[in-house]
Amino acid sequence: MDDLIADFVAECREMLEALGGEIVAWEAHPADRARLDSIFRFVHTVKGNCGFFEFPRLEALSHAAEDALADVRAGRRQADGALVSAVLAIIDRIGEMVAAIEAGEDMPTGDDNHLIDALAPGAEGAVAPAAATAADAATKASVAPRTIRLSVELLDRVMSTVSDMVLARNELARRLRESENDVHVDGAFERLSSIIAEMRDAITRTRMQRIENLFVGLPRMVRDLSAELGKQVLVDIEGGDVELDREMIEMIRDPLTHIIRNAVDHGIEKPAERLKAGKREIAILSVSARQSGNQILIDIHDDGRGIDGKKLVEKAISGGLVSKDDAAQLSPREQLALIFEAGLSTAKEVTAISGRGVGMDVVRSNIERIGGIVEVDSKPGEGTRMTLRVPLTLTIIPALTVSIAGQHFAIPRSAIEEIVRANGESVTLEHLGGAGVATIRGRRVPEVSLASILGLESNVAEKDRTLVVLRPAGGDVYALSVDRIHDHEELVVKPAAPAVMATGLYAGTTLADDGSPILLFDPAGIAEVGGVRLEAQERAARIAEGPSAAVSKATPVLLFRGLDGGRRALRLAVVDRIEEVPASAVKQAAGQLRVQVGDAILPLAGATGAEIGEGKVRLFRLNDGAHEIGYAFAEVIDFATIEHDIIHAERPGEISGVSLVNGEPAELVDAHWLFANYVGAAAREPDQLVCLVPVWDPWMQNMLRPLIEAAGYRVIDDSDEEAPDVVIACQGEDVPEEASPKTIWLRTEPEAAGKKDQSIYRYDRAGLLMALKSASGGRGK
Amino acid sequence: MNELLLVVTIANERVALPAAAVESVVELDTLIPVPRAAPHVAGLSALRSRVLTVIDCMRSLELGTTDCSDGIREAAVVELDGHHYALIVDLVEDVVESLSEPIPVRAAMGTGWERVSQGMVETEQGPLLLVNVAALIAGSEVKAAA
Repeated sequence: MDDLIADFVAECREMLEALGGEIVAWEAHPADRARLDSIFRFVHTVKGNCGFFEFPRLEALSHAAEDALADVRAGRRQADGALVSAVLAIIDRIGEMVAAIEAGEDMPTGDDNHLIDALAPGAEGAVAPAAATAADAATKASVAPRTIRLSVELLDRVMSTVSDMVLARNELARRLRESENDVHVDGAFERLSSIIAEMRDAITRTRMQRIENLFVGLPRMVRDLSAELGKQVLVDIEGGDVELDREMIEMIRDPLTHIIRNAVDHGIEKPAERLKAGKREIAILSVSARQSGNQILIDIHDDGRGIDGKKLVEKAISGGLVSKDDAAQLSPREQLALIFEAGLSTAKEVTAISGRGVGMDVVRSNIERIGGIVEVDSKPGEGTRMTLRVPLTLTIIPALTVSIAGQHFAIPRSAIEEIVRANGESVTLEHLGGAGVATIRGRRVPEVSLASILGLESNVAEKDRTLVVLRPAGGDVYALSVDRIHDHEELVVKPAAPAVMATGLYAGTTLADDGSPILLFDPAGIAEVGGVRLEAQERAARIAEGPSAAVSKATPVLLFRGLDGGRRALRLAVVDRIEEVPASAVKQAAGQLRVQVGDAILPLAGATGAEIGEGKVRLFRLNDGAHEIGYAFAEVIDFATIEHDIIHAERPGEISGVSLVNGEPAELVDAHWLFANYVGAAAREPDQLVCLVPVWDPWMQNMLRPLIEAAGYRVIDDSDEEAPDVVIACQGEDVPEEASPKTIWLRTEPEAAGKKDQSIYRYDRAGLLMALKSASGGRGK
Repeated sequence: MNELLLVVTIANERVALPAAAVESVVELDTLIPVPRAAPHVAGLSALRSRVLTVIDCMRSLELGTTDCSDGIREAAVVELDGHHYALIVDLVEDVVESLSEPIPVRAAMGTGWERVSQGMVETEQGPLLLVNVAALIAGSEVKAAA
């Protein structure tokens, strides 16, 4: 609201300033129609806005002036000196009030009625003080212009100039490196560089816009849609303050609109249906945005009927999109992903809103065009969640530069999965009917030679090339063989000329540090030109994986060096990914070392805390399907396989044994032990013991509850319907007999009341724990 | 109608480009090829931190290929739809004033010239063919598709 008021104030002041000249001119020629019109527009705008903001006095004033001016415009009245003065007095008063609103002060006191009365035909002007107040207002207004309005074109021009400046600086840097120069020049250049970097940051921020601008129209759209369809939908919007590149906001406007229309039309049921399904009549459609790294995540979640994956598959088969055999192998996730295939709609009938089978495929291609991903997750009967992941900005892209036949190219880093050497141990290259197939750690991926795609002669033998494994947005993995890998760079990417884009291979152009132009590849385009059959290949790759895993007994492991320098190996399957966090993210907390990764706090293994110095900590993120832990390490040595016998450790521990890996001994990290020890208490098993603690007793909730939870119980209160294993109660309290297989009575006095008193003194920790233990024993565990 | 014209030589033919469209005349040194682009796209070059798409005019007119191997080439820099192009020409001669509206050439020209022609203009140096820059950049559609 404050923002809106600030906008309103800014708009009023702008208009008042522009009006200054008009008013004077109008005073001289009251019959001047053009002046009259612009003054009328002003009071009209003020009136409209005031009604919205509840400034009744402003509204009354502007309304009266508008009426009088409307009469003049309609020819019902002649503009005379008295009317002009009265209108001017009102405009001055409005200026005064706007200044007061801006300064956050109370409205200037005084009655406005005489001003309004002065508008009446034939009234004598009571306008003497107007001049003075106007002067006041003017000085006040000019004191603090906190915001100004700029045209978007101007901002774009500034942005592109700054980009050019960055490139010019890079070129200057290169020339400085080439020539001998003295320290002072270098120092000055460093300073210039940092200023330019700062400026680029600032100007990038000016292009940022709150995503609110995109969200603000949604409630209205959903309201109209649901009214049309006879549904009741409540829109819940969150994260409107997330900022996104202005251009990006425009790019996701249509896809977002489409998803929401779909959700209301297909996802959400009619009220009667919802009641039948045991849901509230009013459906909730929540739209939320949040930033995660250099991505923005937009979630659109409805609690409607969800998407039926099986139905999608049937549709896809009957539509000829997939064959029956392929369809049988689709995972639930892949079934849902069929929704993005062209020409597929599960709607029973085509409605005016959506359901023509065009749309979701367009949504996906639009999002992918800007380097984003769209994901779908749905549970039949419970709802659907669509997630859009889009990059923060379009203009600066982290990229990897590669070369082929001496020419440099860039590949967007977001598409790169991994980089392997063609002659590496875990890689074999084969040719099937002229097509290249690379087998990387048992996975078959199509191999595309960049040299042959581009029609360039490479003088690097196939064996010595490097394979860049790419996963284009929405596509499937393939390996691109290049001569050499060079560097990671942040590139300011600009669209290339149409003649260049027409090749379908490039996403844009940029200038490298040495000032020479570099073409940025479009990974999806290369796959297409290279003839990689995406869907089919990926399925084949999945089939190939099965048997190869069964045939070879070798276990793939990740060979790494621990923080203490030890050469260790970890089974590849448990490693989710590798993360790098600042050392400050590692903290001793709640009894063990923990690390913050994004929004999650994970137990950290592989370190004792002493080794974590300054700077960055690299860690593996291990996943057992339900829990995650971090494992700190110094460096990754290689991917390898265990082919030799494992000599097992005598006692269970972090290291389960030792084996020869790549000819040298390596300790095998026991992932089971890690999870058992690091997750242990945090894990909540489904058959955990349940303890009922009265919710109304603050002592129990605050003092006792942590103790019980530490003993491995899950605490519930009276409102839960679950049957507890143990009930804790104070003496003198009634506990329903049937729901208390075992009740522990607590007394507040240290001394027992008598021999029959089985209660425990409430600060007798040992006694309490004993009682809890015997309770769990009583359950036969 | 006193439009200024830039007189250049392409394939030994003196033609005029509308001077208003030409930002500058440069000498290109480095040329980065664009694999798989249309043949008349000679490559990319950089000018004052801007990427130029270099168009080989001879190729665009289907009159052969400019030999870029000897290094420095003269080119006229133009902007079209927000992209900057450098048109490789044999020689940049002069700027002259047009003395007439372009009028259609009634004699038969080569197909390439026909495609880029905007008509004939009278100048102090005699009649010159006014070349449509956009058509020159678009190149031969037939060839691009093939």
